[in-house]
Amino acid sequence: MKTIRHALLIARKDLALELRTKESLNAAGAFAIVILVLFSFAFEETEQIKEIGGGLLWLVFAFAGALIFNRSFARELPNDCLDTLLASPLSPASLVTGKALANFVMLLAMELISIVIFGIFFNVNWTRHIGELSLVFALGTWGISILGAVFGALTVNLRLRELMLPIIIYPLLVPLLIAAIELTKLLLSNQSMTPNDFLWTKLLIVFDVVFTALAMLLADTILVN
Amino acid sequence: MTSAIELAGVWKFYGDYAAVRDVTLNVEEGSCCALLGRNGAGKTTLLRILAGLSSFERGSAQLFGVSPRQAHAGFLGHGIGVYEDLSARENLHFFARVAEVAQPESIAAEWLERVGLANASDMLVRQFSRGMRQRLALARTFLHTPKILLLDEPFTSLDDRAIAMLSELLVESRRRGATIILSTHQLREAMVIASHVALIENGRLRHAGERTEAMLDDPGLLYRLHA
Repeated sequence: MKTIRHALLIARKDLALELRTKESLNAAGAFAIVILVLFSFAFEETEQIKEIGGGLLWLVFAFAGALIFNRSFARELPNDCLDTLLASPLSPASLVTGKALANFVMLLAMELISIVIFGIFFNVNWTRHIGELSLVFALGTWGISILGAVFGALTVNLRLRELMLPIIIYPLLVPLLIAAIELTKLLLSNQSMTPNDFLWTKLLIVFDVVFTALAMLLADTILVN
Repeated sequence: MTSAIELAGVWKFYGDYAAVRDVTLNVEEGSCCALLGRNGAGKTTLLRILAGLSSFERGSAQLFGVSPRQAHAGFLGHGIGVYEDLSARENLHFFARVAEVAQPESIAAEWLERVGLANASDMLVRQFSRGMRQRLALARTFLHTPKILLLDEPFTSLDDRAIAMLSELLVESRRRGATIILSTHQLREAMVIASHVALIENGRLRHAGERTEAMLDDPGLLYRLHA
């Protein structure tokens, strides 16, 4: 209970800071819009776009996400705020979870902007399966967010953290991205889910549960020294 | 008197370099220990170990019988530990809630008043002068009335007003029974407040004991004795 309370406190603080500075959202949003505009010139508005739409969207989310995660723990470096938090009654697990929650909200906001733009530029009606699509986005985004928070913590003190973070997290994100891309492709094509497709949903859930558990278990080791 | 802080045979390495070498130190509950030593002696590393911010390779460290990570001491390091893009009130409110203080809003307001920042409470910290930031950092450190205070060179670059404020806070903390370790190069201020002194050199503890009248009269005495 205390961990959840503290995690919410961290998330609220991070979101307040982000709303004030807009340093992550501006960068991630601008990146996403530019990429989607470029894609709209590169790919024709055909039925084929529904096949590749899932891949395009999740690539944008994953790359724009890195811009958000890089700031996540770096935000704690000025004035040694990270030390202050670690010396406080706040547990490292709640710190990492709180960071993941803030990342999750920011990434979802960026995804909402991206899918609206995607729908307009590629003439795709993504609202038909909005419930299922929301579930896929939520599961996929949580997985990216928790991984981003863990490795954001791990790389926070590295000189080349902006380079290191994507190098480390992208290979680990492959199973999650494949599952999210497959499900998004299916939903954008207006196909109904078969039992085989539920396997992708299960993969997303397992990924989220495993990495959330690992994040909470390893947070102390990662953050202290 | 019971020991509030117990360090036994603590070693800390950075690669092959031993920053802290076999340090054994007991600090009694309610005392104020001035941790002295030249730059690079190992004072900051020792304080970081006590704050639970740094692990160590050998030995044991306990604060009131628990590990440093569980003790949640009030810690003021080299950074002021507040967010530039939050207001003074938001900062104190946030840290009061992190420390699980009852009525965090009224405690934050009380401390803003106390450190003379009530009129600037809604200003962002990035708009503060250096002195205002330091006073806010003091409020952040003391607001949850911690049983143990770990202060790393707290007098450095403070103006007269902030030095007086810090001295008053330290005296008050001792009165309520808090245990304090402060590292400092400001020997005169330290000797006035400290009940005990510890001298660290090249990572080794060279002296630990009560602060004597002779040290109060001649703050540099300890350095000369162990030169």
